[in-house]
Amino acid sequence: MKRYLSLAKNHFKLSRNINWMLMSVALVFLAIMSDAGLLTRSFTGLLSRIAYSIILAVSLQLVVGFLGELSLGHAGFMCVGAYIGCFTANYLHTVIDSKLLVLVIAMLVGAAVAMVFGFIIGLPALRLKGDYLAIVTLAFGEIVRNIFKNLEIFGGAMGLKTKIYKPSELFIIAFIVAIFTIIFIQNLIRSKHGRAITAIRDNEIAAKAMGINVTYYKLLVFIIAAAFAGVAGVIYGHFTTPLLYTFFSYNYSIEILVMVVLGGMGSIHGSILAAIAITVINFLLQNNLSGDLAALRLLVYALILIVVIIFNNAPALKGVRARFNIRSFIRRFSQRKVIRPSLRYDDSAEWNQIETKIRMDEILTADLPHNEIYTPDPREKED
Amino acid sequence: MSIIMDGLSLGAIYALIALGYTMVYGIAKMLNFAHGDIIMVGAYAILTILTVTGNPLLGILVSIVVCTVSGVVIEKFAYKPLRGASPLAVLITAIGVSFFLQSIAQLLFGAKSRPISLPYLGHVTIFGAEISVNTIITLIVGAIIMAMLTLFVKYTRTGRAMQAVSEDRGAAILMGVNVNGIIMITFAIGSALAAFASLFYLMQIPSTSPTLGSMPGIKAFTAAVIGGIGSIPGAMLGGMLLGLVEKICLSIPAISQYTTAIEFSLLILILLVKPIGILGKKRREKV
Amino acid sequence: MAEKDIILETQNLGISFGGLKAVDDVNLKIKRRALYGLVGPNGAGKTTVFNMLTGVYQPTTGTFLLEGEPLLGKTQEQINRKGMARTFQNIRLFNNMSVIRNVLVGLHNQPEFKYNPITGMLRMPAYYECEYAMRERAKEILDVFGLRTERNNLACNLSYGTQRKLEIARALATNPKVLLLDEPAAGMNPNETVELMEIIRKIRDDFDLTVLLIEHDMKFVSGLCDEVTVLNFGTTLVQGKTADALSDPEVIKAYIGG
Repeated sequence: MKRYLSLAKNHFKLSRNINWMLMSVALVFLAIMSDAGLLTRSFTGLLSRIAYSIILAVSLQLVVGFLGELSLGHAGFMCVGAYIGCFTANYLHTVIDSKLLVLVIAMLVGAAVAMVFGFIIGLPALRLKGDYLAIVTLAFGEIVRNIFKNLEIFGGAMGLKTKIYKPSELFIIAFIVAIFTIIFIQNLIRSKHGRAITAIRDNEIAAKAMGINVTYYKLLVFIIAAAFAGVAGVIYGHFTTPLLYTFFSYNYSIEILVMVVLGGMGSIHGSILAAIAITVINFLLQNNLSGDLAALRLLVYALILIVVIIFNNAPALKGVRARFNIRSFIRRFSQRKVIRPSLRYDDSAEWNQIETKIRMDEILTADLPHNEIYTPDPREKED
Repeated sequence: MSIIMDGLSLGAIYALIALGYTMVYGIAKMLNFAHGDIIMVGAYAILTILTVTGNPLLGILVSIVVCTVSGVVIEKFAYKPLRGASPLAVLITAIGVSFFLQSIAQLLFGAKSRPISLPYLGHVTIFGAEISVNTIITLIVGAIIMAMLTLFVKYTRTGRAMQAVSEDRGAAILMGVNVNGIIMITFAIGSALAAFASLFYLMQIPSTSPTLGSMPGIKAFTAAVIGGIGSIPGAMLGGMLLGLVEKICLSIPAISQYTTAIEFSLLILILLVKPIGILGKKRREKV
Repeated sequence: MAEKDIILETQNLGISFGGLKAVDDVNLKIKRRALYGLVGPNGAGKTTVFNMLTGVYQPTTGTFLLEGEPLLGKTQEQINRKGMARTFQNIRLFNNMSVIRNVLVGLHNQPEFKYNPITGMLRMPAYYECEYAMRERAKEILDVFGLRTERNNLACNLSYGTQRKLEIARALATNPKVLLLDEPAAGMNPNETVELMEIIRKIRDDFDLTVLLIEHDMKFVSGLCDEVTVLNFGTTLVQGKTADALSDPEVIKAYIGG
């Protein structure tokens, strides 16, 4: 035990774990505020939405950013988890008194069922690449929606009535789940299994030649991502009622993908920030532009999306980006500090740095001209 | 019989849209998610001209012009700056453009769907089955357009340049092909086809709404993938197949409500058997 | 020569792509701890032989055996685990990973570094123990190639010659019995080539390896290999001791194109 703690302490690096630690601090703070009655109902609702968006974005990041497969069906997994989980919860409420226990069981059930579907969708992923897989995942999402729409036991077109939580309670649970999601996925990525997954993304042929079981890892990633999406679905089901199939359209899958892309491929920090940003933007637009101006909401959202993507990706704007780069900004600040020789053993930098940036074109089309090699920023080194 | 004719005419609509997807994919290597919304733009153009002048033919012409122009403008402002950037970024931009078009339509015409009155052309009876003239026009015009497109790509200078760009963009540049021009022409043709698709679509379902294009867009995209994305005959075949399946499923009461699920399952099944679509070209990665 | 000294053997190995016989009737017998060369003009089918031996392509005729065990029909992953590792003609490193992580991926299947994904997710003690041990092992392997100091650099930022060395290091990490090197000296300068020859000899001795390599640099082949097989148009032209085979008139004719 002592050795375990010392190992764990040696490999712990604040900047690599800052995401969930900050979230935990924020959660404690917000929970106290909420307890004191300082938070409005709509604000705690926003917090719940942020929490499940983070779960969705981080789990999709595992598929898109780390495994390098494009999935447009994440909302489909969420849909399965939500319907089955909430259906279970509705039944459990008649048997079990504790609301929290019911929610936890519902999440586990939702995750388990979503895992089964993750496995099913993972199977074509073994044969298909790029756009073809993207359309299959998209098709999967639409199939799931179409089926739940027509199943009467799930409420059919009227939607499934669920017992919703008070947002002021739900957001705490949702945040805890989100924090665990981040920790689990981050730890997975920073283990040898994560290395195998990123190896498949970087060069599948070489990964196979190194004896990496590509089948196993692709299925594993799809199953894990689906499980977390299922959990997010259950949280969503306890946030709104009735649970309607229309919510889980491919537009929502795409919204999750937007979070992943805006946050940066292969960056967990980034997807968390983007999930928060997009949820907040949506929330603000929804609250401030209602009625006749509802169309403006979509317009503003679309413009933000187009401008941000063009600014972040247009080859012509490379110089501009270099000047306004947050990372170089941070570096300029941090360089003022004298870099002390590290007390940790010399691989701690290596140990933690796995959130590598990737060339996104490899995800969509494997056969693009490989003239422009994308070189990630040089990382900090400690030895 | 009438089901098959209906299916084929719906298939022709899907094929026309799918051609837009597949050509843009072949030339620019991008999924143009906004393509479905071009149909919506075309539909509103027809609606506007019909209400103002009452002349359907003028409406069709204007709709073709509007679609073509908006296709080219979108390419110029949203996609061209991203030439050479990652396809995923382009994909997201296309989604942004799709939202953008929908919101503009919503601002101009309101969120509600609006009926549109195209002249009714009556029925004819063929082999004892009543078939509307609209269906027949759709089929015939669709076939002519597709034949012309095939000839254009095969036998004209521009068409051959398009083939070259889709085969190997780098080599095409070295051979002096104006790639930007070709991409623009591709968008123009794809959007013009979408204008025809919007007309035929309105002949079947005579009402417009800002989200009119998204479902046919996705279905047509599915059709393009079924046929093998990047392949022009593939898009036609996939479109026809999907249209037939849709109409047949809809005509059987027991499964009609699951039509969407069946169509998409068909896609998954076909891809599992043939991962590159029915007529797709296989690219072997060199080891 | 006793049969059990043969580590890798191919019997009538052949493959055709749509009627074109890319490789036909190749019979190799490679002795344990040999440095064996596979040479021939461009398009002779050398890399195709490698691809068949590593399971990328399935041979249409013949079979191949590693230590007497037929490996025909096995997947690339399985073949690697049976003890055959390779490098690629066009370098295939994991470009977005650091040097040491490339080697760590190679160590992935070693039985002493096993832990399951749940252990990794929850960071149980086995995770730390294994990861620590893996890094130590990876650094030892990098030492062989003089790459220890480069270990935190991204693989894509290395020079061409260094990338080739890293590819060998990564293949070595999978603990192979037979190492297949596809043009290891391509793109290297003369000094690097000489250094590479030393390294290959050293790893053969230290890791008890058999090396099968494809190379166009005849100095490299004759300086390193004990035996060679010369392929031309997919068929075996000459087989035997390096010096004899390379001075064979047939071989010279194939290269010069008489």
